[in-house]
Amino acid sequence: MSKNNNLSIVTKGILKENPVFVLVLGTCPTLAVTNNVFGAFGMGIAAMIVLICSNMLISALRKVIPDSVRIPSYIVIIAGFVTIVQMLVQAFLPDLDKLLGVYLPLIVVNCIILGRAEMFAGKNTVGKSALDGVGMGIGFTFALVSMAIVREVLGAASFAGIAIPFLEPYKISFLVKAPGGLLVYGVLIALVYIITNGKAPKKRSFSCEGCPSRATCNPSACGGEKEEA
Amino acid sequence: MDKMLHLSVSPHTHCGRSTSSIMLDVIIALLPATIAGVVIFGLNALLVVAVCVAACVGFEYLFNLIAKKEQTIGDYSAIVTGLLLGLNLPATTPIWQCVIGALFAIVVVKCLFGGLGYNFVNPAITARVLMLVSFASVAAPAFPAGVDAAAGATPLVQLANGESFDLLTLLLGNHGGAVGETCAIALILGFLYLLARDVISWEIPVSFIGSVFVFSFLMEGDAMKALALTLSGGLLLGAIFMATDYVTSPTTPAGKLIFGLGCGLLTFLIRYFGSYPEGVSFAILIMNLVVPYIDKLTKHRIYGGKKA
Repeated sequence: MSKNNNLSIVTKGILKENPVFVLVLGTCPTLAVTNNVFGAFGMGIAAMIVLICSNMLISALRKVIPDSVRIPSYIVIIAGFVTIVQMLVQAFLPDLDKLLGVYLPLIVVNCIILGRAEMFAGKNTVGKSALDGVGMGIGFTFALVSMAIVREVLGAASFAGIAIPFLEPYKISFLVKAPGGLLVYGVLIALVYIITNGKAPKKRSFSCEGCPSRATCNPSACGGEKEEA
Repeated sequence: MDKMLHLSVSPHTHCGRSTSSIMLDVIIALLPATIAGVVIFGLNALLVVAVCVAACVGFEYLFNLIAKKEQTIGDYSAIVTGLLLGLNLPATTPIWQCVIGALFAIVVVKCLFGGLGYNFVNPAITARVLMLVSFASVAAPAFPAGVDAAAGATPLVQLANGESFDLLTLLLGNHGGAVGETCAIALILGFLYLLARDVISWEIPVSFIGSVFVFSFLMEGDAMKALALTLSGGLLLGAIFMATDYVTSPTTPAGKLIFGLGCGLLTFLIRYFGSYPEGVSFAILIMNLVVPYIDKLTKHRIYGGKKA
């Protein structure tokens, strides 16, 4: 993975290793905030800012943080940035804050951010980690917005809160409800799989380095080290 | 030549039954209810049913074509799904909504999970629930010509409001509701046909309908009212034709009784304490999900084997 050039670090997050559609991380905010395009876009940007900042700081501190307490350390760093972003949103975008509600502070436990800290920032340079944050952030935002467009336009006959009158009699309100979110999510995962021709990385190719349970892991049980060259 | 031994693996006898012959029996059993629905609600009802059937068969054909799978429309199961879906919708349902329902039933619920036999919930009931929560036109019942639609209520709603309802009207089905659910006589006729042809066994419909009757009686303390509650809404259609789907119901007699009882209890709870007036579809859908566990609990003990 370290052979990748800087551009591919950014672009892989958009489709090939899209955090939502390929890695299937960050599912809770994906299902919760995608019934409105405005909320989905705001969520994506907020998470991207936190992701870039935390990736950079964690990468800078990666030689200082002891391995055994790295997860609590990551959480503290991420929580700090989330608090900053939340205060900024509350101060300048109160509408967005109302729309996202509890899901804004919940960025702290967003699997994408912790996952990238574990998989990437913890063992790469500051510059590369920032680029990874940008790529993954764009990928997350892209995923949320594309899901929100499908759900809001077909389910509520509106776009970012602006009503689309000619679709009004044909709306399928099931899609803006929770089960509709899962349905759209599944269909889009399948679409991305087709677009990437099924070549999206399998779980194993992330190597055991990035696995949170590697200390207690039995390599033969999960397919193990053999894929790692 | 006739002195040669003919060798083959077991089973050596076959009753001649196939998926398509069973599905054909179900279609025949549904015909009285369909005809009654068309007579009561007019040609619009026929249109709804026909669109549902055509869309279901069409979507299954297209899916198999695109997915390069063996064509399965010959087993008639898509026709049954379409027929059941159409009978579960009011005659006033817009055509495009019927098509969306058929698309969801066939492609999402059935084909994506592997086709007939692999769907873990009943396609028609799931599509109806989807349409119920999405479209106001499906939640609101249609009314036959000549019946005072201004009253704006199905027997179920009227009964819940404490009004009485004529039993004969309930039996003949000349009241508001979905196309195929109103005429109790036609549905019972279909039930008897399926029983006589040994397509379904009695356990699920009897325990389902029976438990709703018992719970209603306990709640109302009036046998006539409990009977009226049992004959109204989608209970008969659901209990006879949807809950007995082979794929999504338990296989053992004891399991079937538990399944029917669970459906009846949930229907009763939703009718009395839920926000929807009718709970048959939701009850069947929820019980579909626990069928694997019921099957596991009621597994036959092998003779001489250990007690479970």
